[in-house]
Amino acid sequence: MDERATTGDKPASRNGGPERKRGFSRRGLLAGGAATGAAALPALHGLVPHEGVHSALEGDASAAPAHGGAGKAAHGGGSNGPTFRHGATVDHAANGFDPTEMLRDYDWGKTRRLPTGRVVREWELVATDREIEVAPGVHYPAWTYNGRVPGPTLRAREGDRMRVRFVNGSEHPHTIHFHGIHPAEMDGVPGIGAGLLETGEETTYEFVAEPFGLHLYHCHAGPLAEHIARGLYGAFIVDPKRGRPEADELMMMMNGFNTNFDAEGNQVYAVNTVGFHYANEPIQVGRDDPIRIYLLNLLEFDPINSFHIHANFFHYFPTGTSLKPTDFTDTVMLGQAQRGVLEMCFPHPGHFMFHAHKTEFTELGWMGFFEVGGASDRRRAPSAFCELPYQGHG
Amino acid sequence: MEAAAKAARGAGERPRWLLAAVPLGLIAAAIAAFAVLGGPGLGERRGPPVEELAVERTVLRPGEIELTIRNTGPDPVQVSQVSVADAYVDFEADPPGEVGRLDAQTVTLDYPWQEGSPYAISLLTSTGATIDHEIDVAVETPEADAGFFGLMALLGTYVGVIPVALGMLFLPFVRRAPASWVRVFLAATIGLLAFLAVDGYLEGTELGQESGGAFGGVELLFLGAGLAYLALAGLDSYLRARHADAEASGASGWRLALMIAVGIGLHNLGEGLAIGSAYAIGALALGAFLVIGFALHNTTEGLAIVAPLAAGERPSLARLAVLGVLAGAPAILGAFVGASVTNPEVSTFLLGVGVGAIVQVIVQIWPSIRDDGGRSLYPASVAAMIVGGAVLYFTGLLISV
Repeated sequence: MDERATTGDKPASRNGGPERKRGFSRRGLLAGGAATGAAALPALHGLVPHEGVHSALEGDASAAPAHGGAGKAAHGGGSNGPTFRHGATVDHAANGFDPTEMLRDYDWGKTRRLPTGRVVREWELVATDREIEVAPGVHYPAWTYNGRVPGPTLRAREGDRMRVRFVNGSEHPHTIHFHGIHPAEMDGVPGIGAGLLETGEETTYEFVAEPFGLHLYHCHAGPLAEHIARGLYGAFIVDPKRGRPEADELMMMMNGFNTNFDAEGNQVYAVNTVGFHYANEPIQVGRDDPIRIYLLNLLEFDPINSFHIHANFFHYFPTGTSLKPTDFTDTVMLGQAQRGVLEMCFPHPGHFMFHAHKTEFTELGWMGFFEVGGASDRRRAPSAFCELPYQGHG
Repeated sequence: MEAAAKAARGAGERPRWLLAAVPLGLIAAAIAAFAVLGGPGLGERRGPPVEELAVERTVLRPGEIELTIRNTGPDPVQVSQVSVADAYVDFEADPPGEVGRLDAQTVTLDYPWQEGSPYAISLLTSTGATIDHEIDVAVETPEADAGFFGLMALLGTYVGVIPVALGMLFLPFVRRAPASWVRVFLAATIGLLAFLAVDGYLEGTELGQESGGAFGGVELLFLGAGLAYLALAGLDSYLRARHADAEASGASGWRLALMIAVGIGLHNLGEGLAIGSAYAIGALALGAFLVIGFALHNTTEGLAIVAPLAAGERPSLARLAVLGVLAGAPAILGAFVGASVTNPEVSTFLLGVGVGAIVQVIVQIWPSIRDDGGRSLYPASVAAMIVGGAVLYFTGLLISV
């Protein structure tokens, strides 16, 4: 196991440059798109999500009275950046999940220890069809695991025995395909092992959690693009045996919704499903707190996605399969199913934007803020990864 | 025979209105029953709601894009979010809420658009459907103030009134020309008008396909054409009956000139419409070239009007002025309408009116080109028709807006 972890140190061509393959010609985009993208970035920096910091930006807002009404500056609009319609909100209660709670919601399963010392973890995942609100007033007929998109974040420790009972309560046939190392019949693809599960059928996927790192699971029924795009996916975290240093851990699933089903890009882009959610409700973190982000890209119909943090840098562990970072950067680019672990600290208080540095996605919902409190009340012991240079913790 | 006659008489004894009222009442009852029972046996409609919106009007102001949208589908539509060039924007909807069938809503987008850029606007409905609208070139929409109306009046005068009046200056020449020449002039007029009719038809079909369809598309063109044709035919037969005695003394020339003037006037309404709307969206390069093009183009129209006046009584200056205004002034009205209402349905209908009017005028002129042998298509007339169409084709190249 340890050897496998070490070989993971040198991931081959992480990004592979897929962006160069083909331009985005979605919806017959006009030349204006390029100009808008260029104009939008400086505008984004003027966007402030919280009432408390209005005054700091008032000068900015009044400097361009022609574009974007004064007084609207606080939440985007006009030159202050993209926004959903002011005043419109998503009904999280009706959705049955809240992206803010999802960040720190880890499901370790029903746990028991066998006399041999091995830990067995059991989960039940039920596929259901339900409509979810992905942008204020915009409803999407999703297919879900346990009624939420993304599905529950399953978490285990390297070497644990995992038993995932899967019940198909959806009107469509589904599977669960885990990324990880496991026997063929547990792979959750049609025609092998339990294969495709029709409505009402169930099976149990059982395997050992390995290798440690950040993985995912998703439905593998055909048409595959649709079964993924509809929302049948979730994060699957395998902790190293010795664990990782304590940190404020956040799960971020980069996803999107092709609400008009044209299979050409998406209408709404987001982290954890609801567009602009963390712009309206910034992620609360403590100053100097060690922060670990489990970042995954499950975006369908677009070849790449990316993550960029403002005014900060992070240590990057591709797929989380090594305890030594391979990069110290502020931007990563991910293809579908690529994922990685980010570790960082915020030395300054205030609001810090994060978004896809694929600006088109940014302006279609994939943008949010961290709100770093002045004095952290849950500050953890000073962590090595707030220091530079950083050698990892392997 | 006798029995049939008796039966007919028997039917005639009942009040006639009753015969109409009974089927009418039954039809009403059947419709009411069907509506109340909700179409028995048909069940609920299957599938998702059908969401259709047509953008009727686009107004650009600094930092703001205003769309007037109309629901042209069978189900209510709620615009939940709007993106411009793939960026979500804040917006106001008036009246707020969902748009009912055939209802309209004004959606005002807060967006810092740049002059000269194209924009793709996407309206995202509550069900996640997208309705796209493209602005080819963003240009600030002119305010409908006095200066704007003045400009449109000037433009209409330049392209409508003045060229037609100039064309009418050929009257003295036409009057001195022999009768055979006049027939050739009239044949050329037919060629010229036929070109205008085809041109109007093509433009109207293009525009009709653009409209959302709630109030019809291309059929509006035919509706307008039929209406204009019948109205002019009616006007013509009225004028004929009224001046039956004068017809004999050669006044038919005046009547024909009047009909041609009205027909060309209705056509120029459509031309003004095109100029006005092109100006409103910034697609019109105002300038000497355009005015010269129209002058050449419409001068031939003036010639067409005076051709029937070759024979008979010499028309008074006042009458000539009436003809000129009838033919030219609608361009001014068209420019106003075109620049202030960007509504494809209205424009399609008005273009249809122009087409119908022209077709009617061609039918009017046709008998006047007959030669002494009673033929309409002889070498000179055919050549003249071709020349008439060709002149408009080439002068039309100068003014494509």
